[in-house]
Amino acid sequence: MPEKHYLNATYGIRSWLLTTDHKRIALLYLASVTFFFFIGGFFAMMIRLHLLSPNGYLLSADTYNRMFTMHGVAMIFFFLIPSIPAVLGNFLIPLMIGAKDLAFPKINLLSWYIYVVGGAFTLYSMVTGGLDTGWTFYTPLSTVYSNSAVAPAVIGVFITGFSSILTGLNFLVTVHTMRAPGMTWFRLPLFVWAHYATSVVMILGTPVIAITLALAGMERIFGLGFFNPAMGGDPILFQHLFWFYSHPAVYIMILPAMGVISELIPTFARKKLFGYHFVAAASLAIAVIGFLVWTHHMFLTGQSTYSALAFSFLTFLVAIPSAVKTFNWTATLFGGSISFDTPMLYAFGFLGLFLIGGLTGLFLGCLGIDMHVHDTYFVVAHFHYIMVGGAVMGYLGGLHFWWPKITGRMYPEWLARIAAFILFVGFNLTFFPQFVLGYLGMPRRYHVYPPEFQVYNVMSTAGASILAIGYLLPMIYLTWAAFYGKVAGDNPWPATGLEWKTPSPPPTENFEVTPVVTWDAYDFHNRPDLGLDVPGHSAVVQTHGNG
Amino acid sequence: MQSPLPFFPEEASNFAGKVDAVFSFVLFTCLFFAVLVTLLTIYAAFKYRRNKPDEVGSQVEGNTLLEIGWTAIPLILALGMFAWGAVVYVNYRTAPKDTLDIYVIGKQWMWKLQQPNGKKEINELHIPVNRDIKLILGSEDVIHNFFVPAFRVKMDVVPGRYNTMWFRATKIGKYHFFCSQYCGTNHAAMGGWVTVMDPADYAAWLSDETGDINPVSAGEKLFSQLACVTCHIANGTGRAPSLNGVYGAKVLLADGSTVTADDAYIRESILQPKAKIVAGYQPVMPTFQGLVSEEQILSLTAYIKSLQSQPVPAKGAGIAPAPAGKK
Repeated sequence: MPEKHYLNATYGIRSWLLTTDHKRIALLYLASVTFFFFIGGFFAMMIRLHLLSPNGYLLSADTYNRMFTMHGVAMIFFFLIPSIPAVLGNFLIPLMIGAKDLAFPKINLLSWYIYVVGGAFTLYSMVTGGLDTGWTFYTPLSTVYSNSAVAPAVIGVFITGFSSILTGLNFLVTVHTMRAPGMTWFRLPLFVWAHYATSVVMILGTPVIAITLALAGMERIFGLGFFNPAMGGDPILFQHLFWFYSHPAVYIMILPAMGVISELIPTFARKKLFGYHFVAAASLAIAVIGFLVWTHHMFLTGQSTYSALAFSFLTFLVAIPSAVKTFNWTATLFGGSISFDTPMLYAFGFLGLFLIGGLTGLFLGCLGIDMHVHDTYFVVAHFHYIMVGGAVMGYLGGLHFWWPKITGRMYPEWLARIAAFILFVGFNLTFFPQFVLGYLGMPRRYHVYPPEFQVYNVMSTAGASILAIGYLLPMIYLTWAAFYGKVAGDNPWPATGLEWKTPSPPPTENFEVTPVVTWDAYDFHNRPDLGLDVPGHSAVVQTHGNG
Repeated sequence: MQSPLPFFPEEASNFAGKVDAVFSFVLFTCLFFAVLVTLLTIYAAFKYRRNKPDEVGSQVEGNTLLEIGWTAIPLILALGMFAWGAVVYVNYRTAPKDTLDIYVIGKQWMWKLQQPNGKKEINELHIPVNRDIKLILGSEDVIHNFFVPAFRVKMDVVPGRYNTMWFRATKIGKYHFFCSQYCGTNHAAMGGWVTVMDPADYAAWLSDETGDINPVSAGEKLFSQLACVTCHIANGTGRAPSLNGVYGAKVLLADGSTVTADDAYIRESILQPKAKIVAGYQPVMPTFQGLVSEEQILSLTAYIKSLQSQPVPAKGAGIAPAPAGKK
């Protein structure tokens, strides 16, 4: 390990809370999103335990409704949206493009504080009455009829949005202005492309949810009639505004995970990513078309048939770039030299689960199927395959992959492989039965249900218990490995990105000498410095701290 | 008896088979691709597994023809799915003529349903088999959703407006209906049963008097209680148009456009009288927002509907004259 690095450059609590180092801020985010993940996970576990029995003996109706609402709010606004961008993106984007930091280091710190203040409001809402509106805050339930602490929760989510906007802004400016010499746009790792697309969505979409929640908050607190039909408002207007952000927000959650997968597959197949330009363009296409599909959440609100036809059509279009990415990832495997290290197992897991999640999106975009499965467990299963099967698998795969860079130490390989396997099995057992439940007609957000649905609910709860173990294991061994793991060396895999050309953990200024880039992303054949056996080249032997 | 691990719910409406058919098409298309990609991945992972620690893969950039192919083929299939789904949905959103109309009011956390003759039910819906049924949906409070899995149909029940849905039950029996839009504490308890009956049984059930007040007479009473009658004078001499024959007819508005006087128009005219002003009249009617419940609106509508056959006065009717040259 290097003697001086970003972790031991300075000491004391102030050196962390006032840091402007993007790597330390990433770790602040890591701690806070992990905190919210386990809060959200606890709520999820309570939900699944409650649903073991059709009569639901564990929780009262009001408590159950608070559990699923707060599960959604904690997971979406405080875990999934910030997880990959604010933790991995924050840590890696400057390293990947050869920069010393993000363009606005102080704004980066500010965005973490904004997140914390928003989180505090939301936690306050959770302990003073909870929230029972669903994470979607549909009006007039949320603004007029709910007896829970809606106002602080709405304020919390409103505030946290600004953290997202600032992070997106920082990434865009950084990628535009701070690339190292030779790091052209088409040499950027696809992780950076994915974050570029994500940042565009964050900047354009988040102000809309901010204004929507501000209106809902004013209706709730001051009784102004924006959405309440009794005062001449329109409850459907709320849904339009809400989904104008919240559908693109799905892409805020999944695009960065796709970016991680686009790093993992070439690294562990030791081969250039197939169709680099098409995968980069697909990220942008998803970001653009993703803004034009929002009313597919509203096909059964009584909206005009023409509107439903247009938005169903656009929904099918947005599926195509995701399909293109999947085909390119699969094609990359052919002719590769594939290893089965833990990050690659997560990439395989992502491929399988995202495939199911993406394809079941077609069912929901299809008008003639949505009229039956809308608002049933089919929807719940679909978006968990995207959010958990896709985004969380990508996040965990990325954490394992870059853990040696972040901490300078390796995680325990076999334990990690077992955990990845447990996660995959537990996830499928939890969520696959919910597709069947949904088609059979079980509506979502039910605290009691007819007994004919019980078998699938018991399966789902059994799966959730396995899943819980799968999440606890990495938390324990990654923490352990940060202090006691085997020393990793600069580039243990080896991988091609610039982040691997600096020590692990990196120094505060990232690179002692600004690197000059002369190679394409994932170009193993023109990288003699990696010490690999390239046909036609004589291998340059180098020492690695490879374990 | 159902199988212990059922996959499809019962098919009991004209839409059930159609929805299941498009579902099966999408399912098998997706299964084909899912299995293909999975098998290719497993094959590649096995075939191209790393043999030596310092081995690298081959140098391949990509293949534009392949990219075009795997963009175009899924696109074509996706458009097929879109089109098939659209046909089923448009059919569902376009109710046929001559339906049996039943009013459904959702409120936290119960359903109130009213048959055409005024017979009321709570959390129960009786309908005849093989008859086109139209539900007119309104809400007293928050958004609900009326969902019958065996019929494969659902529709949001939105406060402040009427939504409609239609279907034709094809099998006699009892089927669950649910509220599938989250609506607060007892959302999960807000369900009931649809009973599909033989038409003769339905007729007998319908005429079995349970002491309910006929909605037309209830509406007539309200019409004078709320003093509607002082302006809407039947012979057309009042400050407001006569309502004789209005229901279902075209109404000429002050801005020159016309509107069909359906349930939604009547509801709007009661709650927001200034939204559409009948040609030749002043906007003097006060709003009844907050003064009448959704159920009372249904009664008033039923009464106005009963005036359909009353003689229309030559002057002072709200009905648009037939434009010259057209019927």
